[in-house]
Amino acid sequence: MTIRPIAPPTDDKRWRLVDATMRRHGNKPAALIETLHTVQESFGYLEEDALRYVAASLRVPLSKIYGVATFYHFFTLKPQGRHTCAVCLGTACYIKGAQALLDALKARYGIVSGQTTDDQKLSLVTARCVGACGIAPAASLDGDVLGKLSPDELVNRIEEKTRHDA
Amino acid sequence: MMLEALRKIAEEHRAAQKPFTSTLKVCVAAGCVSCQSDQVKKALDAAAKKSGADKTCKVKGVGCLGLCAQGPLVVSSPDNTLYRHVRPEDAEELLAAAGTSTVERLAAPANQAFYTRQKRIVTENFDRIDPEKIEDYIAADGYLALLTTLSTRSPAQVIEELIKSGLRGRGGGGYPTGLKWSTVAKAAGAEKYVICNADEGDPGAFMDRSVLESDPHRILEGMALAGYAIGAQRGYIYVRAEYPIAVKRLKLAINQAEKMQLLGNGIGGSSFNFAIEVRLGAGAFVCGEETALIASIEGKRGTPRPRPPYPAEEGLWGKPTLINNVETFGNIASIIRNGGDWYAGIGTEKSRGTKVFALAGRINNTGLIEVPMGITLREIIFDIGGGIPEGRKFKAVQTGGPSGGCIPEQFLDMPVEYESLAKVGSIMGSGGMIVMDETSCMVDVAKFFMEFCKSESCGKCVPCRVGTAQMYDLLCKISSGRATLDDLALLEDLCDTVKHTSLCGLGQTAPNPVLSTLRFFRDEYLAHIEEKRCPAGVCAMHALQEVHT
Repeated sequence: MTIRPIAPPTDDKRWRLVDATMRRHGNKPAALIETLHTVQESFGYLEEDALRYVAASLRVPLSKIYGVATFYHFFTLKPQGRHTCAVCLGTACYIKGAQALLDALKARYGIVSGQTTDDQKLSLVTARCVGACGIAPAASLDGDVLGKLSPDELVNRIEEKTRHDA
Repeated sequence: MMLEALRKIAEEHRAAQKPFTSTLKVCVAAGCVSCQSDQVKKALDAAAKKSGADKTCKVKGVGCLGLCAQGPLVVSSPDNTLYRHVRPEDAEELLAAAGTSTVERLAAPANQAFYTRQKRIVTENFDRIDPEKIEDYIAADGYLALLTTLSTRSPAQVIEELIKSGLRGRGGGGYPTGLKWSTVAKAAGAEKYVICNADEGDPGAFMDRSVLESDPHRILEGMALAGYAIGAQRGYIYVRAEYPIAVKRLKLAINQAEKMQLLGNGIGGSSFNFAIEVRLGAGAFVCGEETALIASIEGKRGTPRPRPPYPAEEGLWGKPTLINNVETFGNIASIIRNGGDWYAGIGTEKSRGTKVFALAGRINNTGLIEVPMGITLREIIFDIGGGIPEGRKFKAVQTGGPSGGCIPEQFLDMPVEYESLAKVGSIMGSGGMIVMDETSCMVDVAKFFMEFCKSESCGKCVPCRVGTAQMYDLLCKISSGRATLDDLALLEDLCDTVKHTSLCGLGQTAPNPVLSTLRFFRDEYLAHIEEKRCPAGVCAMHALQEVHT
């Protein structure tokens, strides 16, 4: 039996990357997590259309895909802000005052972990140890790890980033 | 590639270094990269080119140099001067001094215990090779163990050597590696798998990240040797997505090794085929448990399943599977190259060899170290680690992450071994060591780990899912000064239940941080409960306020 190829939800070129990942793993159900990584990397989050498309392509029930997407902390079903700050909550960072960083961000931007500011500029998440314990407390801003942070310093770095957008 | 060709590459590469009279080695592992060590390297490269110093002084990126908190780090050789907090502006000065004098203002004191007391096996190449160049690894005798083994040793001889070495699993469990390999080798079935567990989830541990970033080929070689020994043709490295540099270098290393036919089909002109693929984790701590990790590689939710059957009989895709941790694989090539007896000569009777630890928390020399087994905690913390900053008093050292415990001062002279650590209620663990001083509250630390276990519990079994949540609530009650002695009794009772009835290691060890702090710091718990006071001044006492969970 030949299976009719499934068309991507839109003609966005980023779907080619997603297709390439699935093809590399033989379009098998085992490709699921790798594929979700590619979707999130390309689109920033996992939207419903993407989950449906992956489900159809890999022939995995949508419920299972939802199960996987919500099981792993790395995946998000909500669109993220233009910038993402991940405060590390590993033991070393916790001992050295990561909570003060979170408190400062809450005071300045009014968001807690998992939330995005109303202007869609900044998302705040917490990480379970980014392995930068030597330079605790650490946070990553758009993927760049910043170490030995004071609350003021972190806020300043974020201000620098967001100011460039205006 | 054949053995002679490998030797030739090694010789040529070594000869190519001869014209250089000095080398400036810049740490390009994650700790230093996040302090802009890549900019330092760029500045050094540019300055060397401009001044013509690039003919005599080689600038190269190397792996983790250990003292992560003082980065960016640069080592100048042959004099082995370590420069700390180097900035791009310092490039010209460092180049001018390279090989002839020292830039005193940046130099670290020579012969620090931090370096002299270490014994390097897994980390031996860290300050020698560029992690992105396979030739560097080959010049440091890399892949020699693999190719000689393929032409001279039988799979059984490899396992025999490993049994002789006495190596035990470095992921924390301490299961004898040779025994594990021989079980998988004996398992029936033509299709077998090798998995490298690089899902380093313990908060406060970064050994595996450093190894993968600094010497990725060492892991590939170890895995290929495992494949040969047990009869597997395919290996997977399951690595955290939170480690982008490690993932990038692993993929690059696999690519390079494949091009040189050190991985792939017909390795070293033999009939042995072995391919390695990288699989990304997605931020689930429970995936460090072997059955959960296998489920995750299969593209499913990472929930553990009951054992037996163990992965050695039924693992990935239901086939016999060997799972070892990064550091375990990091020891293999050295053991095969130098012999099992050599390795067995290091360390203590029951814990052979060395162990890599990540020192962090309230300690002067935060960073990565490798020490022989049997060294005391005091030597690690006060000699190598340089003691506690700001003249504060040592209180406890936490080993083993959320599965481990806090070890108080009276046990500091105890040798570091699997058994001795277990005896005082902690575990060797994967190697995270968090030092705490008098400003840390032990109830708060227990609460921190319980919150971790509660949110990382996969939810499959009731004792872990419900128990960790209840224990967390009780700890919140205690730390906010609302608890009674009955709550404490209930907490201890729950610890016992969760420990003995949970499905996998996560639940079975989740009570450990509570149990060990209760054992050694019970007075702190009592101060919170009876006197409504936090001796360390960490917990805010809101006797009447509701606790949000």
